[in-house]
Amino acid sequence: MEILMSITVGVLFMVGTYMILTKSILRVILGLMLMSHGAHLLLLVMADLKAGAPPLLGEDATAFSDPLPQALILTAIVISFGVTSFLLVLAYRTYKAHQTDDLEKLRGTADE
Amino acid sequence: MTWLHLAIISPFLLAILIPFLYRYARNIHTGWFVFLLPLALFAYFLTYVPVTSGGGTHQANLPWVPSLGIYFNAYVDGLSLLFALLITGIGALVVLYSIYYLSKKTEPLHNFYVYLMMFMGAMLGVVLTDNLIVIYVFWELTSLASSLLISYWFHRQASIYGAQKSMMITVFGGFSMLGGFSLLYVMTDTFSIQEIIAQADQVVESPLFLPAMLLILLGAFTKSAQFPFHIWLPDAMEAPTPVSAYLHSATMVKAGIYLVARLTPVFGGTPEWFWLLSGFGILTLTWGSISAVRQKDLKGILAFSTISQLGLIMCLLGLGSASLYFTDADETTMYATATLAAVFHLVNHATFKGSLFMTAGIVDHETGTRDIRKLGGLMTIMPVTFTVSLIGTAAMAGLPPFNGFLSKEMFFTGVLNATELNIFNMETVGFIFPVFAWIASIFTFLYCLIMFFRTFTGKFEPSNYEVDHVHEAPKGMLISPVILGSLVIIFGFFPNLLTYTILEPAMAAIIPDSMNYIESAIFNIYHWHGFNAEIFMTLGVVAFGALLFINMGKWSALSIYQKERDPLNRAYDGSLDGLITGSQAVTRIQMTGLLRDYFAFMLVFMVMLLLYSMFYADAFAINTQDLAPISPHMWVLTILFIAATLVMPFINHRVTAIITIGVIGFLLALFFVVFRAQDLAITQLLVETVLVILLLLAFYHLPEIRKETFKPVFKLTNAVISVAVGVTVTLIAFSAHAMQHERPFGAISEYFIENTYELTGGQNMVNLILVDFRAIDTILEVLVLAIAALGVVTMIKLRMNGREDV
Repeated sequence: MEILMSITVGVLFMVGTYMILTKSILRVILGLMLMSHGAHLLLLVMADLKAGAPPLLGEDATAFSDPLPQALILTAIVISFGVTSFLLVLAYRTYKAHQTDDLEKLRGTADE
Repeated sequence: MTWLHLAIISPFLLAILIPFLYRYARNIHTGWFVFLLPLALFAYFLTYVPVTSGGGTHQANLPWVPSLGIYFNAYVDGLSLLFALLITGIGALVVLYSIYYLSKKTEPLHNFYVYLMMFMGAMLGVVLTDNLIVIYVFWELTSLASSLLISYWFHRQASIYGAQKSMMITVFGGFSMLGGFSLLYVMTDTFSIQEIIAQADQVVESPLFLPAMLLILLGAFTKSAQFPFHIWLPDAMEAPTPVSAYLHSATMVKAGIYLVARLTPVFGGTPEWFWLLSGFGILTLTWGSISAVRQKDLKGILAFSTISQLGLIMCLLGLGSASLYFTDADETTMYATATLAAVFHLVNHATFKGSLFMTAGIVDHETGTRDIRKLGGLMTIMPVTFTVSLIGTAAMAGLPPFNGFLSKEMFFTGVLNATELNIFNMETVGFIFPVFAWIASIFTFLYCLIMFFRTFTGKFEPSNYEVDHVHEAPKGMLISPVILGSLVIIFGFFPNLLTYTILEPAMAAIIPDSMNYIESAIFNIYHWHGFNAEIFMTLGVVAFGALLFINMGKWSALSIYQKERDPLNRAYDGSLDGLITGSQAVTRIQMTGLLRDYFAFMLVFMVMLLLYSMFYADAFAINTQDLAPISPHMWVLTILFIAATLVMPFINHRVTAIITIGVIGFLLALFFVVFRAQDLAITQLLVETVLVILLLLAFYHLPEIRKETFKPVFKLTNAVISVAVGVTVTLIAFSAHAMQHERPFGAISEYFIENTYELTGGQNMVNLILVDFRAIDTILEVLVLAIAALGVVTMIKLRMNGREDV
């Protein structure tokens, strides 16, 4: 399972990288979202996937899955959500101001 | 803080006052206030002559940064005193001269005297302190003050060019010197020169000896305008003439000489030191004297003449350092002559070169030109200037009875003695020294003749001059050159005035180990040596020089004579331009302005770094045992997930892409369910929903953008980079997982699992970690969300330029 998940993470990173290397702002944002998915999944995979019950004490199980990576991922999800929505509005504003979403046209002038 | 420290920093203190004096005492030329200080300092330093002539030294300690071994320790011995007297004595004369040279009505005098005092203080600091770092600080201050003075008339392009060039070259040398000083510190664990000299034996044996010596010599050679770093000096002639007389003939250019002389007890007696000093010295001497002949500008001739004379002194210091190698009376005495000659010529050069610069300034001031092709016939019009020039030129050419003759004879003795050396490979190549010295002397004689006769003899042509009525300079302007000219004669007739008071103590500082062996006879300098080789060499110089001058008409048409610029300038200008265009080209290649390129640079770098370090540490590993089992529905889920991800780059419609990212996000939430992370799954579902709505809002409900289509252009480089990133991440994940059993500690989670209920009373471990065990993370994460929300609101609402409203 860990090997399969590692490959999945690699695919997420690969596609994410490809997306951020393109010209459109929307694609860059989508690429960043894919990469953060990859990072979250990787955090989870690096913990032990084998152990048993969800980390709820009421389950009365002998083994629980590791709660710490889950807490870390939860924090990371919220932060990347904040950043992504900020980026989205920024892209929206950029489009309104410059009438383009092509990054090559958003290079600015030489003296900037 | 003693009187000596106060004397060193007094010029800086005066420099603070000068602008006020200039502002509130407009009727009096600011120079008069300034004049008093160097005069007083000169008198003060004269009181040290009895101390040093008895072989004594004076040291006064003052801690500056004791923790780093930096002490502002003032130290006076024969060598320091010689330089201090030169700096203050000629400084006083130069200030006096400048009072008449610079008009108080038209010139910004406060600038001039502030820079000049800054320079004087810095120069005193260089020669009167014992700590290498303090010397370096003052050394750079002289570079700075010199550049400021060269660009005194900063509206002239040539001044700016000259100032920049001298700054570049001397600061380059200064930095190297700092490196050399640091290496000396590494070797000896002290910055004090006296303590380093005490450990000279260890320094010579250290492997850092040669690098330290080369770096320090780079500093000395750039400052003292040695080949090939001499090119800044001719361009520094754009400075006002008093500055050229003071900085670029008598004092600053001798800072390198001072440094070399000061460190001779450390490095001297080794073949490297001997060869570098005397080799570059003789090369500079010859190159400078030949180049001086080609100059048409009086100050140009004097600049190259200064270069060549500095080369002469450097060469003599090198030859004299050989005496440290010997420990018997005859040979030590023989080679110590060169050191004596160096010190003597140092004084002589300061006197006659100072007076020559001042007379050149007078000629310029009274006629409006310094071009020897326009000048002529000034002998009867400017009798005093003529006389002083005659004395100065004769001394420079090395004619009796002036002091230049004496030091020239001693120079010839020094180079002839060098041929008898049987160390440092001198037995095979030693003959080049007298040959080059002799050729250089011929050219020296030649340019002296040219400078003198082209200026003062010939026919007077009033039409050549812009000034209507050419006449002798005012008396005040003549005082300083007359004093210096008199000194030339006095030192010529009574050289022994100097030897026991100044020269011998200075020698004792340069070659202390040899002083015990030297026979006292050499200190008796006199004019007539009898018919020896030196006198025939001098006669030959006069004969050949005169012959060349008489036949000038034949060779002056040669193109080599017509060109004035030193060919090495082309190398300097070319490399400076090349540096600028080269760095611009590199910047243009890197800084494309495209986000994509920067991402690509970063990613490629990271991938290469990670893969290389994994390869280097042999960290590739994969663990195929001890894995969690894969249930059949996971296969379906994973394949669906990978397929949805892979299809993303190929979607050519915006809304489809947004929906696909939503699908990926929900599938991720499903993964979280499978991996028993219920809180993650809930959050992921919510976040993904909100994000998809936001994406649709931003990119669908924009009327202008709806028509445009996505153009997914396939780029091979992008594909290669992304595959590399994906593979790297996968490999790292494999290795990290495979090696996690090798770690020396277990997971911390056991603690949370065991103690959550007892400590917090709750049962959901994830939530309790977030709000109880690690709540600070959560507080800051809330802050992040708040900032993002504020930012979003600001971006939507705030319109700084009011052009548009939403």
